[in-house]
This record gives sequence, structure tokens and C-alpha cells, in this order.
Amino acid sequence: MTDNMIEISGLTKTFGTFQALKGIDMIIPKGSVFGFVGPNGAGKSTTMSIIATLMLPTEGTVKVDGLDVTEHPHEVRKKIGYMPDFFGVYDQLKTEEYLHFYGGSYGIPRKEREQLIPQLLELVNLSDKKDAYVDSLSRGMKQRLCLARCLVHDPELLILDEPASGLDPRARIEMREILKELKSMGKTIIISSHILPELAEMVDEIGVIEHGSMIAVGNINRIQQQLMAKRQLTIKTSGRQEELKQFLLDQPLVQGVFIDGAKLEVQFSGQDAEQAALLKHILLADYEVISYQEQQTDLEDIFLAITKGGGAEQ
Amino acid sequence: MSKLQPLQSVKQFFMNPVIDKEYRLRMRTSRSMWTLLAYLIAMGLFSGVIFSIVGIDMRNSIYSSGFTGIAFIVLSFAQLGLIAFMSPGLTAGVISSEREKQTLNLLLTTQQTSFTIIVSKLIASISFMLLIVFSTLPLYGIVFLYGGISPGQLLSVFAFFIFNMLVFGAFGVLFSTIFKRTMIAVIVTYGVVLFMFVGTGIIYLLFSFGYNSYGFGGNNPANDSWILHFLAINPGFALYSVLDGGDWYMSLARSSRASKTFFDHVPFWLEYVIFYTAILVLAIYGAIRNLRPVSRKKQGV
Repeated sequence: MTDNMIEISGLTKTFGTFQALKGIDMIIPKGSVFGFVGPNGAGKSTTMSIIATLMLPTEGTVKVDGLDVTEHPHEVRKKIGYMPDFFGVYDQLKTEEYLHFYGGSYGIPRKEREQLIPQLLELVNLSDKKDAYVDSLSRGMKQRLCLARCLVHDPELLILDEPASGLDPRARIEMREILKELKSMGKTIIISSHILPELAEMVDEIGVIEHGSMIAVGNINRIQQQLMAKRQLTIKTSGRQEELKQFLLDQPLVQGVFIDGAKLEVQFSGQDAEQAALLKHILLADYEVISYQEQQTDLEDIFLAITKGGGAEQ
Repeated sequence: MSKLQPLQSVKQFFMNPVIDKEYRLRMRTSRSMWTLLAYLIAMGLFSGVIFSIVGIDMRNSIYSSGFTGIAFIVLSFAQLGLIAFMSPGLTAGVISSEREKQTLNLLLTTQQTSFTIIVSKLIASISFMLLIVFSTLPLYGIVFLYGGISPGQLLSVFAFFIFNMLVFGAFGVLFSTIFKRTMIAVIVTYGVVLFMFVGTGIIYLLFSFGYNSYGFGGNNPANDSWILHFLAINPGFALYSVLDGGDWYMSLARSSRASKTFFDHVPFWLEYVIFYTAILVLAIYGAIRNLRPVSRKKQGV
């Protein structure tokens, strides 16, 4: 229908006098992984609930694959797999029965489900737990089971709200591997997290939301370039650190220099060409450089740079 | 083949995943077994007391079929009371408990329509109540030992019970969608059921007292029978009407001299069924509308 899986325009949501979302606009192309970043209470879950047809927007439109979520909720539900930040399970059901229930609820015939469910359990590494009662599963297993539930009707879009919250490092890595596999299957994924490093390596684009406003949307590298004007360079020399510090401070694009043992941390506001020129100057000035590298900026740095440190107003 | 199509649809509906899941969850908890046991003990004790009285009569050779009739009536009223007591507990948490357990949002994002979810949950709860009520049939069987009660009377009483389960259950499900906390939904449902039993009776008595003492019905004879409609929507009086074949009411209605409306010519139980069928439909409709806020403004389910 359209190249975009999600199109949000002027999305506003008000609860009484509290404005949870203040005119959000964003587009998520098909097949991409979109990281939704923001502090607790910023509006991530509200936005996701609206996309999942669980809430009405106060104003604005939300379209999933060209379908308005308020006008065609039944059709939209076919296209989405939703995993909320907090969810419960039916404790008296077995793992396989749990997936049969949701498969049936999506109208998948029993014969198809009998072939599909073992595959899903394999995908989320729960094949050996098919006869276990859901309440006997660990938190990580329940999260993976919920992910399998999201996939039972083969949705085009996965809405995952904090899928790794509360998981131990091992379970977190397992979840990340599953998500990578889903990405390779061509699913569009919108994933929120306030634990940023877990998103960094899998997302194509991020949206940063704070106080209900989208303050940055786009490719991570582009946002990084736009918002992280300063680079941090680390220079390791064999000696003469104080002398090099003075030399660097005389350079036009150097904002500050800090000595950390044999290393110098340099705040630099230039781009790649200027960074290369700086190295050339240092070498021409006869300093013995052991290493010269730009520090990688991660999602956390971007997030801290563009948010003002505030969380929810609730 | 085409004649079987509606039957297939009904079968498909009753085999839907929500009903299937509800049955599994309901029957796998020990609470269900204890509920059934407690109900049977309560009814058994009640029946024991009633039939021991009948037994004493028989030993004294003063047995009469009228006395077993009274035993049947008392047993039926006890059953109705227990149904009224149990229904809110079984139905008022069907949606709110899913919300409390954080499973509702997952269910609402599936392809199940609000109608299917609400009606399936109501049917599943009623089925359990039916199981309980039908498990008391052997107690009614004792009545047949003594005679005086026809199978038709028994069937009509059980049909009345099923109707009441639906009505009380529909209230429960409605409040379960309105209130987020199960406890509040249960309390409000009990309140409504209590009003049906006691409130309508009190209103009737107050109007009767006012009419007799102060004559605010005026001299217009048309007002003579309108007060009786409060009795007609009382489950207890409606049950009495079912047991009595409506004779008692008809004699009252005839004595009012101005029986002009349709309801003045029908027995209590029929007026009750018509009135509460409308309420039942409204309650289920309300529950369906409340379930998914998204469908409220737009196309629905």
C-alpha cells in the first residue's frame, strides 16, 4: 500500500489536564528498526498504545501501512504484534496452549497452528518448555514467550515496549539475538527502551522523545553529526604531554584538553578533514604519537546531549 | 449443506478460543471445585432440613402433595438466592481481572471482536453456574419421590434460573468493563442484584403504603395496578409467579378494574422476562462498547 509502515502526524494525547503527547510527527519505513528513546513517562508507551489501537488519540492521525488506526482498528490489528512493557500471562495454561490461544484468537486454523507453534518455540528457544505451565517459566522465558505470541500471526510490524526490561544480562543478549533474527526476516520493528546500549547495534533510526515532544528523529549517525558538534579525541604520546596540551590549545578548533596519564582527551569541534589536519600538525611538530582516535559516541551520549535531563512531568 | 451453515456458525462460536481458554482456566483452579462443593453442601443442608420435615409428616401419615409443593418452592427460592449470591462473584471480574493481571491489552490487540470477548466470557461464567445448578438436580429428584411436582414445573423453574444467571451475569460483565478494580465491580454488581431483590420490593411496599394511606393514586382507577409493576421486576415474585403459574398475579390484575396495558394482562414472570431481556441486551451492549475505547467513536469492534 505504501513504503512507510507507520505515519504519525500531529499526534496529541491528553489525560485530563496532563498532555502526554504534544503533536508528534514521525515516519517509519517498512523493514526498518526504529528505536524509541526517552526517559520514563516521556510518552513512548502512550504512542505505542495508540499505534496498537488500545488508545484513542486526542488529535492527529496514526497510520499503519496506510490504515488509520481509529478508522480501521480491526485491519490494523492483523498487521501488528504488540508486546507491552508490563504484561501478564495466563498461569493455568501451558506454553503450547498459550500460543494456541493467541493463534486461535488471530483466526489461525488449528492445523496450521500445530505446525507453526513448534517453529515459534524454537525461534525463542522454548521448545523444551512446550508442556510447562506458563507460571513456571522465568521472567526471561516469559518475555520470549510473549515475543513468540507477537509473532504467531506473522505480523508485518512489531511494537515492542521495553522488551528487555527486568532481564538479566544473559536473557538480554538472547532477546537481542532474537530481535536481530526478526530484523533479518524483514519485519518492521518499533522498539522502546531506556536502556540505550541494547538498542544501538540493531536500530536503523531513532526517535528521542521527552515530555511528550519528539526532539530528534532520524538516522543515529546523522543525529550524532547534527547534535554532537564536539568530538572527543584521545591522543596517546610517549611523553611531553604538557607541551602537547599547550600546542593543541593553540589550534583553532580545539575546545579543551585534559591530561589523563599518557593520554590527552581533546574536545574538538571540527569534522573529519580538520581532524586529519590536526594529526598532521601534531606529527609535523615532532610529537611522538602512539595512538590517535576519536571516541565512539553511543546512544547514551546522544540521548544525554539532546535531552535536558528531565523525565516525566507526571 | 446451506441448512447446516447457521449450526456451523453457532458451533464455531462456541468453540472460539476465548471460551476454550476460559473453560481451561476455570476448571484448572481448585477454587472451582471448592465453590461447587460449598454450593452442594449449602443446598444439601437446606434440602435435608426441608425433606426431614416432609419425612416427619409422612411418618405421621399426613402426607400431602401440597406439602412437597411447598418444599419445591422453598428449594427453588434457596437456589435463586444462591444464584444471585454467586453470579456477581463469577462474572464481575471477567474483564477487570484481565486488566489487573495485565493480560487484557494482549487480548484486545487480537482479532477477537469485542462482542466475541464479552459474550464468550459471559457464556463461560454461566456454563460454570449451570454446572453447579444442574449438579443439584438429584436434590430436586427427591421431590419427585413424593410427587406433586410435574417435570414441566421443574423445567420452567430451571429455565427461569438460567435467565437470571444471564441477567445477573450481564450486570457483572458490564461493571467489569466499567470499573478497573474487580472488587468495586463485584460490590456494585451485588448492589444492583440486591436492589432487584430488595429495592423493588421496598419501592412496591412504599407505594402501596402511600396509596392506601394517603390515596396519592387518586381516584383514577387506572393507577390501581401500576404499583404492581415494581413487583413484576422483582426476581423473587417473578419466581413465585413461575411456580404458581401466574394465577395469583392474574387475580390481582383483574381486581384492579382498569387493566389496560399489555403488561396488565401477562403474568409476573413474563413481564419480568420482557423487562430484563431489554436490560440484558443493554448491559451486554454497554459492555461491548466499554471494552475497546478505540471503537467508541469509529467503526467498532
